[in-house]
This record gives sequence, C-alpha cells and structure tokens, in this order.
Amino acid sequence: MMRRDECLALLANRVRDEAIVATYQAAFDWMRLAPRDLNYVSIGAMGIASSHGLGLALGRPDKRVIVLDGDGSLMMNLGTLATVADANPKNFVHLVCVNGVYEANGSHPLPSAAKVDFAAIAKGAGIANTGTLETLAAFEAALDTILAGEGPIFRALKVCAGAPSKQDYAFIHGAQTRQRFKAAFTR
Amino acid sequence: MSAPRGSAILAVLKTAGIEFVVALPDIVTSDGVLWPLARQNEIRLVRICKEDEGIGICAGLGFAGKRSILMMQQTGLMDSVNALRAVGVEYEQPIAMLVGLQGKEPGVLPSESAKVSVNAIEPILDALGVDHVLIETQEDEAKIAPAFERAFRNSRPVCVLIGTPPLADGAAP
Repeated sequence: MMRRDECLALLANRVRDEAIVATYQAAFDWMRLAPRDLNYVSIGAMGIASSHGLGLALGRPDKRVIVLDGDGSLMMNLGTLATVADANPKNFVHLVCVNGVYEANGSHPLPSAAKVDFAAIAKGAGIANTGTLETLAAFEAALDTILAGEGPIFRALKVCAGAPSKQDYAFIHGAQTRQRFKAAFTR
Repeated sequence: MSAPRGSAILAVLKTAGIEFVVALPDIVTSDGVLWPLARQNEIRLVRICKEDEGIGICAGLGFAGKRSILMMQQTGLMDSVNALRAVGVEYEQPIAMLVGLQGKEPGVLPSESAKVSVNAIEPILDALGVDHVLIETQEDEAKIAPAFERAFRNSRPVCVLIGTPPLADGAAP
C-alpha cells in the first residue's frame, strides 16, 4: 500500500508532454502536485475518465495519454476495458488508484472491495499489459514502462489517501481549464 | 414516401469530415448505416460497450481536433443523459449523435408514439436544450449535414433522430 500523493509525486517528477487525464481524488492530488496545461480534468460524469482518455489517444496517436482513474469510477464503466482492448491504442496508459472506497462520496466501501482484482479484469477484457503495483518502489520501477512502453497499458495502484488536497470543483468544471488544455494538446 | 438511404447518410458523414464513428449497435440503423460503416476504412469505427462511454470518447476526440459522431439507440441515449448533460451541455462540447428510434410506429411522430421509450425522447432533449432533427424520409436527408455542422460550429450537442430504418444499398425503397 502506498500513499496516493507520494505515488503521483513520482510520476509528476517524470512527466513531460504527456496528457494526464485525472478524475476525482486523483485529480485533486495531481493538480496540487503537477499544475500544468496538459491536465485534462473535466470528466463531467463519474466513470468515463478512461473514455475521455481513449478519445484523446485515438485523436492524437503521436501523444501519450495517461489516465489517473479511481476504482469506484472504473467500477461504473468496466466495459471501457474491452473498448480499450478493441481500439488498441499504443499511446494509452490506464492507472487506477485502488483504495476500496468511494472517497469523494463519504468513503463508503465498493462492493466486494477486498476481493476485486482490477488487473485480472483488465487482462480478461483483452489488455495484455496489466499488473498491480503495491509499493512506491514497485511504482518507481514501473515508470519507464508507464512513460514509454507500448500501450495499451493497465496498472492497478494499491493506495491510501495522503495529505489532503483542495477539492477545487470550480477549476475542474471551468471553461478556461478546458481551453488551456485544448490549446496545449493541439499545439 | 421513401425511407432514407444509408448510403446518403454515409456520404454526409464523409463530406462533413467525420473521421470517427463511435457506436453501439442499434437495430434501426444496423443494416443501412452501421454494417456499411464496418465494411469501409475511410472512417474509423470505434465499438463501445455502453453509450456514455461514447460521450467521453467523442469529447476526447474533439479536444484532439477530430470530428466524430456517436451512434446509438434512443434507449442508450436515455442511459447517457447525465454524461450528455455534463459533457455536452455544461462543458459545451460538440457531441454529434445519430440515434435510432427503436419501436417507433411507421408514419407516427415521436411525440405521438404510444411508447414512452419513443415519446419521451424529444422532451428529454428539449429539457437539456439539445438541438435535434427527425429523419423519416429521403427528403429529410438534407437536414443531416446542417445539423452536424451546427454541432461542430457552435460546439454544442446535436441529435439526429432516425425514425425510419435507412435503406441498405440495393434494398428496395
């Protein structure tokens, strides 16, 4: 188990021109750790972060797209894993922060939280490159693959909450946030 | 009155610069539009498992500067109302939709259908403020290109409702 913010800080130290698609608590942590125009945080509806990311990846195969998803969000849209496997984008990475709870909605547990194996579900959906990372050392060792390996790549990250991050919903939903992203992504 | 032609709808998509069709199969448009799309390579077909996935994918494609449409049945649109509300309406993204009205009675307006799954669609779209047009005949085909153009020009969702199964190539009118 690793702290989510410590895990994402390692990623923040390595990103360059990748588009980072982040949702809910991962988004709030990520915006604190790595504020940048190439952050795509206007997901709108819970569950479809990876769908936004897939659209970005298909539209710009020359750019790497990394999705920072939550386990509660992915549970709402498990079909996305088969969709990604079918579309087979080489530039797409799906990282899922697994903490077993709906953290943004009162930290109630996910159904079968202790038993669900997201990497196995992703593998079963047809994504070949999957795995589960449980320690910071393992995550750090996986960063080369996350940043340069051939996609689609799926990793479940076993995390707990770290330092609190401001839940800035006005920023997430703001039109300027999207305009800055689009300008940076289409540059 | 002749049914709309699938070939004409495909031609509109190509002329409109659509590069991606994101789709969940719909029995109304299956033979006339989706199967012909699946057999060509000019437009990429992205098959999805649930319709609200398509809202996200189309939004992402839009941020990448690509034009796409989302094909689905009206029941799938009903299942995707929250995503359409958030991403299409509130975020003002060009979600262009081609929606088959499964179960609509021939020659009956959607609003006059006996089926809730049909007669509720236009009021739902109106409540969301989503522009929509109805395609029932070959004469209606001319409404499709301007509708999609409005979506991309205004960066807003637009829904093209298909009330009559489009003819497949070679099918009798």
